[in-house]
Amino acid sequence: MAKSDVKVKVLGTWSSPFVMRARIALNIKSVNYEFLQERLWEGKSELLLKSNPVHRKVPVLIHGDKSICESLIIVQYINEVWSFAPSILPSDPHERATSRFWAPYLDEKWFPSLRTIGVAQGEDARKAAIAQVEEGLLLLEEAFGKCSKGKPFFGGDQIGYLDIAFGCFLGWLRVTEKMSGMKLLSISKTPSLLKWADRFCSDIAVKDVMPETEKLAEFAKMIMAKMRGAAPPK
Amino acid sequence: MAAKEEVKLLGFWVSPFVLRVEWALKIKGVKYEYIEEDIFDKSTLLMELNPVHRKVPVLVHDGTVIAESFVILEYIDETWKQNPLLPQDPYQRALARFWAKFAEEKIFEGAWNALCSQGEEKQKALQQTIEAVETLEGELQWKQQFFGGESIGYTDIILGWISYYLPIWEEVGSMKILDPVKFPATVAWINRFLKHPVIKDTFPRREMMLVYFHQRSEALGSTSHGWLRV
Repeated sequence: MAKSDVKVKVLGTWSSPFVMRARIALNIKSVNYEFLQERLWEGKSELLLKSNPVHRKVPVLIHGDKSICESLIIVQYINEVWSFAPSILPSDPHERATSRFWAPYLDEKWFPSLRTIGVAQGEDARKAAIAQVEEGLLLLEEAFGKCSKGKPFFGGDQIGYLDIAFGCFLGWLRVTEKMSGMKLLSISKTPSLLKWADRFCSDIAVKDVMPETEKLAEFAKMIMAKMRGAAPPK
Repeated sequence: MAAKEEVKLLGFWVSPFVLRVEWALKIKGVKYEYIEEDIFDKSTLLMELNPVHRKVPVLVHDGTVIAESFVILEYIDETWKQNPLLPQDPYQRALARFWAKFAEEKIFEGAWNALCSQGEEKQKALQQTIEAVETLEGELQWKQQFFGGESIGYTDIILGWISYYLPIWEEVGSMKILDPVKFPATVAWINRFLKHPVIKDTFPRREMMLVYFHQRSEALGSTSHGWLRV
């Protein structure tokens, strides 16, 4: 493929759903890349500080001498640079808009609520977080029907932008289900999403980068222990 | 050649998010019908068109409904190809999107939170906003005219609210953010933006905005909250 001489690297961590977005997009495009793991608990690497001086966060995509930051901006960059099929975004502007619409909702409302379930202070806060997550899943179940039009993914026959934007959180969703003993995705309320989740996680572009639930659960317990015993947040 | 298309924009007179969409449509020369929505007494139309967020702006293009100002801007750019808002080059596009997101998360939300809070919370929000403007200043000093180059583009449109709203919020909130000595490139960009033929005279009247934001900041400031979105 063109551009194969230019090195592609992803700076990230194995547990971050945002990093996963970048890796899935590269896998969809069959682009080889080097995965550079940050050990964030040990402090940020020079490369991270240099390539993302504004936010100092992962993921960062390094493409030759360029650094691209922010997971969904990276996904769109990948789609535009390696512009051959399969396309990650639909070709129709309205369908593209629908795909893009859900991303801020997921990142700013839904995922923060999911994370809150495990660490909420007090039963009221926990219940509110659970309600937000469940409401979101019902909305996304409906959106799946409209976007997929009977096909396996939000993106149709193949994984697309919204599959990536939402699917990356499935690891953490499963950890939350395991640790709280609740089912968030269910046959009764979200039958389409339940099946979609299995298809997404076993897709060839996803399965090697989606962390195992056990490993992620251990990691979550470690973080929570550290947070309880640790200094004030950074 | 094309059949007459119908473009409608549901908005609220003082919303900076709605203004963005209007600027984009004007830059593209797209005619649209503006429908005023009272966001304090939401219509069934708004609830139907944007059931997830129930917010303006909402664009309706020949029956197709799009919500969220960032999403609408990209839709406009992809649908009407004249006077592009985003650059062609993928890396430049990534940069444009990056700075737009940065401006929204760090400057807009920071300034709004500073406006609506008091005491320590206000000081913290103010400090974070000023730091973000410092970062922006670093970027703007390399730009000739606008983020979009010679003409206004996507990032300029997203950031444009600071040219008119921020001085008003500074007055209402008794805050100082846009210091011309510390931020000469930013202030110069603001002056160019305000003079642009598409932009000037599009803002609501200053006196009305002062009253509105006084009321809003008092109403929101009286309830305790963390970082909130408009």
